[in-house]
Amino acid sequence: MRAWLLRRIAAGIAIVFATVSLSFVAIHLAPGRPFLPADERPMNPAVLARLQRMYGLDQPIPVQYVRYLAALARGEMGESFSQRRPVAQAIADAVPNTLLLATSALAIDFTLGILIGLLQAARARRRSDVALGNVTLFFYSLPIFWLALVLQLVFGLRLGWFPIGGVNDPALYASLPFLGQLADRLHHLVLPALTLGIVGAGGTARFQRASLLEALGQEYVRTARAKGLAEPAVLIRHAWRDALLPVIALSGVALPFLLTGAVLIESVFAWPGLGKLAADAIGARDYPLVLGTTLLATSAVVLGSLVADVLTAVADPRVRLTA
Amino acid sequence: MTSASLVALIVIAVWTGTVVTWCRRHPWGDAGRRFFRYPSATAGMVILVFLATVALCAPLVTPYPPYQQILTLQDHPPTWLHPLGTDFIGRDVWSRLVYGARVSLGAGTLGMLLAVTLGALVGAAAGYFRGWTDALLMRAVDVGLSIPRILLVLCAIALWGTLGVGALIVLLGLTGWFATSRIVRAEVMSVRERPYTDAVRALGARPWWIILRHVLPNTAAALIVSAALGIGNMMLLEAGVSFLGAGIQPPHPSWGNMIADGRDQLGTAPWTTLFPGLAIALAVMALNATGDALRDALDPKARGV
Repeated sequence: MRAWLLRRIAAGIAIVFATVSLSFVAIHLAPGRPFLPADERPMNPAVLARLQRMYGLDQPIPVQYVRYLAALARGEMGESFSQRRPVAQAIADAVPNTLLLATSALAIDFTLGILIGLLQAARARRRSDVALGNVTLFFYSLPIFWLALVLQLVFGLRLGWFPIGGVNDPALYASLPFLGQLADRLHHLVLPALTLGIVGAGGTARFQRASLLEALGQEYVRTARAKGLAEPAVLIRHAWRDALLPVIALSGVALPFLLTGAVLIESVFAWPGLGKLAADAIGARDYPLVLGTTLLATSAVVLGSLVADVLTAVADPRVRLTA
Repeated sequence: MTSASLVALIVIAVWTGTVVTWCRRHPWGDAGRRFFRYPSATAGMVILVFLATVALCAPLVTPYPPYQQILTLQDHPPTWLHPLGTDFIGRDVWSRLVYGARVSLGAGTLGMLLAVTLGALVGAAAGYFRGWTDALLMRAVDVGLSIPRILLVLCAIALWGTLGVGALIVLLGLTGWFATSRIVRAEVMSVRERPYTDAVRALGARPWWIILRHVLPNTAAALIVSAALGIGNMMLLEAGVSFLGAGIQPPHPSWGNMIADGRDQLGTAPWTTLFPGLAIALAVMALNATGDALRDALDPKARGV
């Protein structure tokens, strides 16, 4: 187990390193440079040269690469061009927002998804299963940003139940008491988390239904039924416990999905998280910030799949983690 | 809507019915029977044939050119003449939707073709040669799967400047083959151990000949299913990228950038946002339903997810 873990961690670090190196080469090889004003106003060449010298952009690419790696080894991710502050700070501001959004969405995703999958498998191939199957297929096939806009339209603009953007109310937030602040943040969280969660739940439900149906076809389920156990007990205690394993494995894959969704959802809801930060950084050709967010996103994905593997091994005694 | 385009639509509907009925009656064998056992497969096929034909015959079914602005009719709600309303600069939403179908369906299909080809070649090489080739290629796949794909695509677009439709399709294909290559690799690993592969090898065939003529054709089922289920994702990605303003550039209509165009008028002219989104949902749903049924039909071992 320990040898396996060490190997996986080493492989994970190698993947993150390769990703960062590739991104570094790619963005420096690409045509176009930072600091060029978008509106075609000529920039004073002396100012441009000074800016490029200041950020070390006048050096050859291999030198810049080694410098970047050396700084990274010291735990520094450089200074963001567009935000005029350390990348680490910009990321540190964004991470809690994305974490809040992603964990709430994940909770909605798995609760709804597992529950619907369970309901479907319990009445497999009956009318309610087919109906729910069509519903989950619909949500699974939706463009997530479009669902976000529809929820904004219905619950924000028409009904006025929820705010349609931001993490809190910019005018009131500071003057609210602690509980009021908490409520305000939750109020702002509802629509983005629901959007991300519902679309994810469509996929989770389809997956849970399939793995449950497979478990229900096993011999031990027949044995349980032959013992005269009630159907709910067979379904929950015998089949579901086994069918949960693939869903645990799925949670590792859910992370890239959530991050991808976060890029779109955060820009629709003006949610200052990692996805929006990355998209903005790419648009602004902010090299250090692009690399920093890539580094973080890749690490998160690698860590997610590692955790999912460990959880699977913990939950399933048949799985042995050997190097 | 004019009577000419209405007639064209009715003709397309009849044509769709004929094609699907012919497919249902055609003796495809066991796989065909398993495929058409699902009502959702037939429904998905009807939608796909209809959408594809409408997209191909775009000039016949659209009463207006997709770029034509009717300046007196901005953000006008649906009427008989403009069945889906007009957008913020007075363009007919129905006409743009139909021309957008060409882009969205085309980009999804071509991007997926490229991705599946790449995935098949890489997966086959990794699974057949094993050893260093396998290790190297699969680690590359690990790296590719570790970056959220939308960031990869956005990054490439932003850095290389705005891309044309062709370049966007290539980009979608280049970033979409990682998962397919894993599936193919697993299939190839089992196929290469079968006696008929040994027989061809004993006859002195070269590795790539064996891979292309004997190994890959036996993974066709997995490839077809992976492609069918992947087009939907490809279309969603294209729509997302275009929605963020980085994909298909205005004034060319794509379903993603139409949603972005309508966003500022969400409260006053929701139809400009709602219809393109419904079109994406409908197309992707049809693709996924057909893909699910295809998997059950071609690969009886893998029970439906």
